Amino acid sequence: MILTEFKPLEELIEKLEDEKKIFIMGCGGCPEGADTGGTEVLADFKEKLEKEGKTVTGVIEIDFLCQKALIRSRIKPRLEQIKDSDSILVFSCGIGVQAVSVVIDKICHPALNTTTFGGITGMWQGTERCDTCSDCILDYTGGICPYTACPKKLLNGACAGQSNDKCETDPERECGWVQIYNNLKRTGNLDKLKKFIPPRDYTKTLPPAALRKSGLWALDEEDAV
Amino acid sequence: MTIETAKESKFEKTLNSGKFAVTCEIGPPKGADIEEIKEAAEHLRDVADGINITDLQSSVMRLGSLTACHFIKQMGLDPIFQITCRDRNRLALQSDLLSASVLGIRNVLALTGDYTTIGDHPQAEPVFDLDSVQLLWAIKKLEEGFDLSGKELTQKPSFFKGAVVNPGADTEASYELQIIKMKKKIDQGAQFFQTQAIYDAEVFKRFMERIHSENIDVPILAGIILLKSEKMANYMNKFVPGVFVPESIIKKMEGTDDKVSMCIEIASKLIEEVKPYCAGVHIQALGWEKHVPVVVKDSR
Repeated sequence: MILTEFKPLEELIEKLEDEKKIFIMGCGGCPEGADTGGTEVLADFKEKLEKEGKTVTGVIEIDFLCQKALIRSRIKPRLEQIKDSDSILVFSCGIGVQAVSVVIDKICHPALNTTTFGGITGMWQGTERCDTCSDCILDYTGGICPYTACPKKLLNGACAGQSNDKCETDPERECGWVQIYNNLKRTGNLDKLKKFIPPRDYTKTLPPAALRKSGLWALDEEDAV
Repeated sequence: MTIETAKESKFEKTLNSGKFAVTCEIGPPKGADIEEIKEAAEHLRDVADGINITDLQSSVMRLGSLTACHFIKQMGLDPIFQITCRDRNRLALQSDLLSASVLGIRNVLALTGDYTTIGDHPQAEPVFDLDSVQLLWAIKKLEEGFDLSGKELTQKPSFFKGAVVNPGADTEASYELQIIKMKKKIDQGAQFFQTQAIYDAEVFKRFMERIHSENIDVPILAGIILLKSEKMANYMNKFVPGVFVPESIIKKMEGTDDKVSMCIEIASKLIEEVKPYCAGVHIQALGWEKHVPVVVKDSR
C-alpha cells in the first residue's frame, strides 16, 4: 500500500496558475485506501478548481495509474478532453504521475505527496522510481523524478559529469537530467527549469511510528469492528 | 572577538579592475602534510591572483580544503575555498562557511562534487543534501545574517562567490542544461565562473558568444589543464566528461621528446586565443606549478 496525502490547496493553485483547462485523473488503487482518491475526492476537487475559475475538461478514475498499458486503453474515449486541456492533475503516488507523464505529452501535476510505501507496495513492486519524499515536484521535472533518476539527487539541474548523455556513475545509465530536459522540451515546458527548487525537507520523509512498525494494511491487531 | 573579513579579496579586486586574472588550482596531498602545498603555492606567488584549493577532488580522500586555504592565506596569498556538496550535509556546509569566514577566507567556489563511486572510497555514503545552486542560496542566506533554519547569526559572513560551468558539454541537452544551471547559479548570487578545461579555443569562443547572447555579464575564467603527455590527452578524452583534446594537439605531443616545452607552448597559445573573450584563466597544473609563471608570462 503506497500512502499519499493531499498537497496543500494553495500549492496546487500556484502550480496551476498559468493554466485554465485541467483534466483530472485519479488512481483507484492505493489512494482510495489512503482516502486521497475515489469518486468523491475527485468530484470535490473538480468543484474546488471550478471555484478558482478553472475549467475541468474531464475526470477519470483508473484502477491502477502505475500501469501504463491500462492508462492507454482507459483514456481512449477521453482523448479529445485530454487534448483540449492545458495540463493533467493526477491523484496518485509518484509512480502514477510518472506513468501518466509517459503516456500523455502534457504537464502532469501531482495533486498528492507520496509519503511512504507503507509496508506493502500495491501494484508497483519496487522503490527505484519514487523516493517517497512527501514533496512531489514531478510537474517541474517532466514526469521524471530527480531523486531517483539522478544519483546525486540534484534538484536544480544537471551536474557536468555526463558524457554522451550518460551518467558519470555508470556509462549504461541515462542522465536523469537529460531525460528531464528532453521531456520538458518535447512538451514545450523548458521554462519549468528556471524555477529554483529549495532543499528537500527531510522531516517530511519520517513516517509515523505506526507505519514504521508495520504498514497500515499489515496484520497487526488494530481497530476490529 | 569579532574578526574583520576583507571587504574585497585580491582576486576579486583583479576581476573588478578589469585586469586579466589568473587563478591556479592546487590539490592537497593524501597525508598529514602541508609542505607540498606551500611549495606549489610559492611557485605561484607572483603570477596567481587567486589559488583554488580542491575539496577532495575526484572523490579521493585527502587533506581538507579549508585547512589548506588557511595556510595559503598565512603565506599572504589569496585562497579560493572549493566546497562540494558530496561529503557534508547542510549543517556541515554552513558551519564550514562560517569557519572560512573567521579565517579571513573570502573567495568560495560552490560545487556539487563528483559522485563517490569514482574515487578511492566508493563504499562511502554520498551526501548531496544540497546541490550547487542551493549551496549558493545557502551562502546568500548566511550573508544576510541567517542560517537555513532562519535563525539569526551573531555575525554575518561575507564571501566572493564563484561557480563552475562546462563550455564543452557534448550534446544539445547537456549543453543547454549547463546554460540553464549557470543562470540559476547567477540568480542565487554567483559572482564569477571558472570553466571545465578547454583545449579548443573555438569551442570556448562559441560558448562565450552564447553567454553574451543570453546577456550574462559575470566574469568567466577559462579552464586550462596543463597537458603533460599524449597519454594524458587520450585518458581525458576517454574518461573526463566535457573535456576534449583535439587530434592536432595530441599529434604535437606525440611528436616531441620535450614534453614540458610543448606543454607550455600549447597552454600559452590557448591562453592567447581565449584572452579576448574572457576575464581570465584558471590553470590546473597538476603538480607542474613551477611551469605556470612561464605559461602565463605573455598574458599579464
